[in-house]
Amino acid sequence: MNRFTSFAVALFVALMAVAPLFLNAYHVDVLNSIGLYGLLALSLNLILGEAGLFNMGHAAFYAMGAYTAAILNTRYQIPILWTLPLSALVAGFFALAVARPVVHLRGDYLLIVTIGVSEIVRIALVNDVFGITGGANGIFGISRPELFGFVIRQPQHFYYLIWGFVAFTIFLFLRLKQSRFGRALNYLREDEVAAEGSGVNTDYYKLAVFGLGAAWAGMAGTLFAAKMTIISPESFSFWESVVLFMIVILGGAGNVAGVLLAAFLVIGLPELFREFSSARMLVFGLVMMVMMLVRPQGLLPAKSRQFSFAELSNKGSFR
Amino acid sequence: MEEFLQQLTNGLAVGGIYALIALGYTMVYGVLKLINFAHGDLFTYGAYLGLTLLTSLALTDRLGFFMGVLVLALMVMGLVAVLGMILERAAYRPLRESPRLSAVVSALGASIFLQNTLMLIYGARFQVYPDNILPVTAFDLFGLQIPVMRVLIVLASVVMMVTLYLFIQKTKIGTAIRAAAIDQGAARLMGIDVNRVILLVFLLGPALGGAAGLMVGLYYGQINFTMGWVYGMKAFTAAILGGIGNIPGAMIGGLLLGVVEAMGAAYLSIAWKDAIAFCVLILILIVRPTGLLGERVADKI
Repeated sequence: MNRFTSFAVALFVALMAVAPLFLNAYHVDVLNSIGLYGLLALSLNLILGEAGLFNMGHAAFYAMGAYTAAILNTRYQIPILWTLPLSALVAGFFALAVARPVVHLRGDYLLIVTIGVSEIVRIALVNDVFGITGGANGIFGISRPELFGFVIRQPQHFYYLIWGFVAFTIFLFLRLKQSRFGRALNYLREDEVAAEGSGVNTDYYKLAVFGLGAAWAGMAGTLFAAKMTIISPESFSFWESVVLFMIVILGGAGNVAGVLLAAFLVIGLPELFREFSSARMLVFGLVMMVMMLVRPQGLLPAKSRQFSFAELSNKGSFR
Repeated sequence: MEEFLQQLTNGLAVGGIYALIALGYTMVYGVLKLINFAHGDLFTYGAYLGLTLLTSLALTDRLGFFMGVLVLALMVMGLVAVLGMILERAAYRPLRESPRLSAVVSALGASIFLQNTLMLIYGARFQVYPDNILPVTAFDLFGLQIPVMRVLIVLASVVMMVTLYLFIQKTKIGTAIRAAAIDQGAARLMGIDVNRVILLVFLLGPALGGAAGLMVGLYYGQINFTMGWVYGMKAFTAAILGGIGNIPGAMIGGLLLGVVEAMGAAYLSIAWKDAIAFCVLILILIVRPTGLLGERVADKI
């Protein structure tokens, strides 16, 4: 990281930390939305950006997490934040079960299958499957989250909860990117045959990243349920998946900073231009087409990791 | 039995519509190896253009029902074909050499763009086809009362499919299309202008899709700007079911899916109707990714 980027990051973190003190409730709420979408986009970025698997059913995993949290909270009175790990498990295992038979499919087939899965999930939710999802009305009366006896109620408080989780996620995912696991994913994205030839167990890594990304989306779902206190199937439509897909691609697949920037642009900008809100998706579609022509790698593309000669020889690789 | 036969004919009509859309997917996939995500929206354009022309030109009043609808269908097919050509020029041709993801994203962008253009022009509400122009009489087939519209749709889709099949199999241009689908490089060496073949595919597919859109408008009477992607997904399922890239496969897949869906909705659960097609899609990709007739595999990279 050079001096300019570290300065920019420090400035961003400082601004985000004090932002709620200067903004009104509405603007803080917009930032909360950006945080949630950023979280979801970061989890999708693992699957789509790092491993190059076309997943356009991310809303299904998000829904799994949100509904798990809501059902556990409203039926069994489990505090909402305690359901975080359970939501992650349910969403993660659901993703594993779904991905297992189809993960070997080539790019655009996987895309179609994931769209199909997320539609089936949405239809199941609308049809009140097992009598626990509340049908088209959804589930309401989810209790407010409580942290060490402090009830989180105002947008300002949610802001710190959501963005705190985002910061935690960024830290973890950056570490993950540097790890053996992260390198295997990148290898998979660049050349699957070569990866398999070098002894990377491609099926294992594909499934693992699906599970991990879905688990994170599930936790984002829990936060969403806690913030809204009411959830319904329409929050998890196909278009949510499309918006997330777009955030990752426009921002720069595989780059955390790019994905966050795109989350700000895609979710934040329409709030600034509310009078044109009906043309929002039209502009998005146009931007997607133009971007693929002029800058297919996204706004802030991922840089491949550089190793200096000294660093390598210290580790004993070049003796 | 009566109920069963009604559902069967209904399924065949809907299946004919799926098959017509599926042909567009399968032809483009055959030549370009690209899923044209915007195809479903071209289908919607067919429905909306049909409505606008029907109400503004009053063709059925001037020419009678059958001639009116025929002229209308030809106009819609021509206009949607031009749209398809523009789409290819704007969204796909510049990306022909780019990585796969770029083309997929551009296709999605085009789909969103087309859909929202319709919404801004016509509004987000359902649009209704006028119901006074259609003969409401039923057709008597061995004591079974079948609406005339249903019979017409089955007939029209079968005629179009047979024409397309003969065109692809028997004419020189059709041979060029098949050659380009097998191996673009070799086709080019044989003196085939592959760019023109691609353009032709983007004229034929959308024309059929546009006709299907008009049929949906006439059959169900109401249309919505988002219907393209549900129909598109189902038609794509039909294309995979028959074997993607395989033209007779798309026809059979479409009819089969239409019947399966109609039966499922009638005898299993109407609420899960839309999920049936997606389950079929996932099952076929797991069990037999080549499709029923396909020789091409939904292969690994």
